[in-house]
Amino acid sequence: MAEIVEDFQALPDRERLQLLLEFSQGLRPLPAEFEGHLEKMERVDECQSPVFISVEVDGQDGGAPVHLHVSAPAEAPTTRGFAGVLQEGLDGLPAQVVLDLPGDVCHRLGLDQAVSPLRMRGMTGMLARVKRQVRVATAT
Amino acid sequence: MSTPLDTDAKLAAYAHPEKLVTTAWLAEHLGEEGLVVVESDEDVLLWDTGHIPGSVKVDWHTELNDSVTRDYVDGEGFARLMAAKGISRDDTVVVYGDKNNWWAAYALWVFTLFGHPDVRLLDGGRAKWIAEGRETTTEAPQRPTTQYPVVEREDTGIRAFKEDVLAHVQAPGGGKLVDVRSPQEYTGERTHMPDYPEEGTVRGGHIPGADSVPWARAAAEDGTFKSREELEAIYQGEKGLSPEDDVIAYCRIGERSSHTWFVLSQLLGFGQVRNYDGSWTEWGNAVRVPIAKGPEKGSVGTSA
Repeated sequence: MAEIVEDFQALPDRERLQLLLEFSQGLRPLPAEFEGHLEKMERVDECQSPVFISVEVDGQDGGAPVHLHVSAPAEAPTTRGFAGVLQEGLDGLPAQVVLDLPGDVCHRLGLDQAVSPLRMRGMTGMLARVKRQVRVATAT
Repeated sequence: MSTPLDTDAKLAAYAHPEKLVTTAWLAEHLGEEGLVVVESDEDVLLWDTGHIPGSVKVDWHTELNDSVTRDYVDGEGFARLMAAKGISRDDTVVVYGDKNNWWAAYALWVFTLFGHPDVRLLDGGRAKWIAEGRETTTEAPQRPTTQYPVVEREDTGIRAFKEDVLAHVQAPGGGKLVDVRSPQEYTGERTHMPDYPEEGTVRGGHIPGADSVPWARAAAEDGTFKSREELEAIYQGEKGLSPEDDVIAYCRIGERSSHTWFVLSQLLGFGQVRNYDGSWTEWGNAVRVPIAKGPEKGSVGTSA
């Protein structure tokens, strides 16, 4: 995640949007078990488009690696971009590290100017839900 | 009016058919001198993924707002923006966007604050254009910079501030308002989204006397506006509003209510409709303004 933050920070505003667009195109397709079964996932109400997430934790302790699955429509590239950043940034991180991510990590991408603070809320909301699912999966 | 009007029969029934064009009309006139197509979306990247050929992107959030004060750009800021986008004062501007023209209507409303003479909405917006398999491109248009005059913003006719709304609800008999948010926001059971306190308000509910008409009721399945008859049945039949009424529309930050402002003023011909852009994010956080909770409209006398 820190690397992605650095990548964004290294760019001028206009190009940060371009990078976000690349992340939106790089969002992985859903695993077969969720394809056509969005009810198995959690809807992210904060996003104005139908966005669903599901967090997979390979184990029950704080060291277990985390994987994120997201469904976001093609007509919501910004949301897909946010999801792509989180998917790549969190993939394989230990559960505890994800839980300890600072709440303002999304704002460190430096997108507030180019995207507007109102839109950043969708990403903040998505991260909050990811953390909650991790917390539930690792609760003993 | 340099560009001909769309004479489509459905549009002709509206009070101001000159404020709308169909996708077929736009396809026919695309590229003509004096016509500029503007895309204004909720999603800031959508235009970059493909847009109507020749269209320029105007982002409500980052370009139509003042960067410091909660307000729109001023006359100079608007003139600068229009010049940079290659739009002249006498150009016909056709605005379209995602989500049933939700933000496109907001952009059109801001253009109207500056009195841009000819600005129209594409009925059905982006979704309809794409659903019909019409041409899109990722190429950015090369429009030469224009000279756009500095015109001061006119905030009195179609815009309402908190003080105006307060006077409106305290008027004898109470003023007419339309709350276009979701029913849960209207009743006050939802002050913010789960996990999402930053967009929340300290109080939930609605402005006393407001009718609840979620904005999307004005849209048909394909994102176009419902026919005049259907719209009259909702706002005039069901809610008892009349074109002579002085009406204020609001939502959370004024975007969904711009869509309803357009419906009431341009499609149904209501003479006095204002959009309260401060909306619930201002009202629900303001000290000592009256609020009604629950499904009843309430009035200043009965608000808790």
